[in-house]
Amino acid sequence: MPFHLCCSITETENIAQDQFSIVFDSVKLADFVKAGQFLHIACGDALTLRRPISICDTDKSLVKVVFTVKGAGTRWLSLRKPGDMLDILGPLGNGFDMKGENLLLIGGGAGVPPLLLAARQAAALPQFESVTALLGFSDIGKAILLGDFAAACTSVEIATDDGSLGRHGFVTDLLKYRLNTKRFDQILACGPYNMLRIVSEIADEYDIPCQVSMEERMGCGIGACLTCSCKTKSAGKEKYSRVCADGPVFSSREVVWNEA
Amino acid sequence: MKPDLTVNFAGVCFKNPVTVASGTFGFGKEYSSFYDLSELGGICVKGLTEKGRDGNPPPRIAETPMGILNSVGFQNPGVDLFMETELPFLKRFDTRIIANISGNTVEEYRRMAEKLSDAVDILEVNISCPNIKSGGIAFGTSPESAAAVTHAVKQVSKIPVMVKLTPNVTDIASIAKACEDAGADALSLINTILGMKINIETGRPVLRNNTGGLSGPAVFPIAVRMVWQVCSAVKIPVMGMGGITTGEDAIEMFFAGASLISVGTANFGDPKAPLKIKKGIDDYLIRKNKPSLDCIRGRLETY
Repeated sequence: MPFHLCCSITETENIAQDQFSIVFDSVKLADFVKAGQFLHIACGDALTLRRPISICDTDKSLVKVVFTVKGAGTRWLSLRKPGDMLDILGPLGNGFDMKGENLLLIGGGAGVPPLLLAARQAAALPQFESVTALLGFSDIGKAILLGDFAAACTSVEIATDDGSLGRHGFVTDLLKYRLNTKRFDQILACGPYNMLRIVSEIADEYDIPCQVSMEERMGCGIGACLTCSCKTKSAGKEKYSRVCADGPVFSSREVVWNEA
Repeated sequence: MKPDLTVNFAGVCFKNPVTVASGTFGFGKEYSSFYDLSELGGICVKGLTEKGRDGNPPPRIAETPMGILNSVGFQNPGVDLFMETELPFLKRFDTRIIANISGNTVEEYRRMAEKLSDAVDILEVNISCPNIKSGGIAFGTSPESAAAVTHAVKQVSKIPVMVKLTPNVTDIASIAKACEDAGADALSLINTILGMKINIETGRPVLRNNTGGLSGPAVFPIAVRMVWQVCSAVKIPVMGMGGITTGEDAIEMFFAGASLISVGTANFGDPKAPLKIKKGIDDYLIRKNKPSLDCIRGRLETY
């Protein structure tokens, strides 16, 4: 059941180039939020739609979001200062389902932040043995949250498109290598569409359950307007699921992937 | 003194004039977690077709200055499944249920009307959706076809028939008049205005459907103008909609001649927008010392 809240910002930071973090105070959200869920944030009076932003971390009553400036809404958000209020709907969506003992997180670019909360929540569960994170960025200037992941995970590996940090190449190259060396029970993935599609193919090849967090242009955020659709299949039947309410996390085998 | 917000609309009593617009409110479940739906005058349910439809491929929504474009394309479970699985939930609330129906043929409209006419309070006959290839808007753009659909539905319906008009026409008053002459009990307007947004990085439309329906505050002045034109041309009551976001917007609609208003896109920005609009209407009537909506409806003094 989502809340409609007005929350006070405690901290803002430009963590890298066009990426920002905002921390705000909300006991309700901090207590209830599940990794992979998102918030629908109003970005000023001039914009008709809210912006869906994934939750990066929680600490006692504080909630942290990390986002990339892509347009007018996220630009407005990036200009907020401590003490400003945010109009928030959330927590929304289903979130990741934590299963198994050895967990692999794979994230690309703007898809990296929600995996931090997944790593922390996983590490707090008794059955978990290890949490491995594979993080991909376009270059070293866009690499974020590395210290946080290092603290939360058993191991972290980085890939950059230009080789300026970690392995030169795509994060999906790291995935194959990793799966050849260790058995994982579950993959959680968040990132660009093509990355998720390739992760899904690799997970199939290695027969490992994989959850992907999908993104789509969104309206109401609560499941009423049917605009943020993702084609899924179950029992051989295809249909449009709602990213905001049925997702954003889907089993990779459920998603009907577009051709590359 | 508390103003009287009740409205007699085509013989159906609404406890207040605030309804929510078809397609923006699903079948009510999602918004019921934010407030008691009995606070609403009525609910126009998500557009129904005879058989279920998958809808259009995504992206289905794009933001524009003070508005949005959508191209959902009638994703819905079909009229039978709606009556079986969605309607019982809505019936739990003390509010009027308005079923929005769309067909590819006049016969489809008639069959849907037959099924629904014992189950809901009003039929909203949608002849104005811009997002599907056949049917929908095709019926709403000429007085003759609008009248033909209205006539067919009226023949079988035991409940009031409200025809939802498209703004994508040259002369909306002539279509409104044709519907009235064919027996319509009420009209609702405006549906969305056909629009387009282009991604200049890729050189492709943002919407997978290429075009979509524009709604939100951007269309509000057009909606007010059309409601005024239609109310000047017909005697049947009108439900005004199109970008209503505040109580003041609703009051403008009443001056233009609307008896009820419907809140659509504003729900996305603020789930409680309809309740704030209702309070805004109440506040205005108190401030102006008007006992009821009759004191402002259609009382526009034009130049």
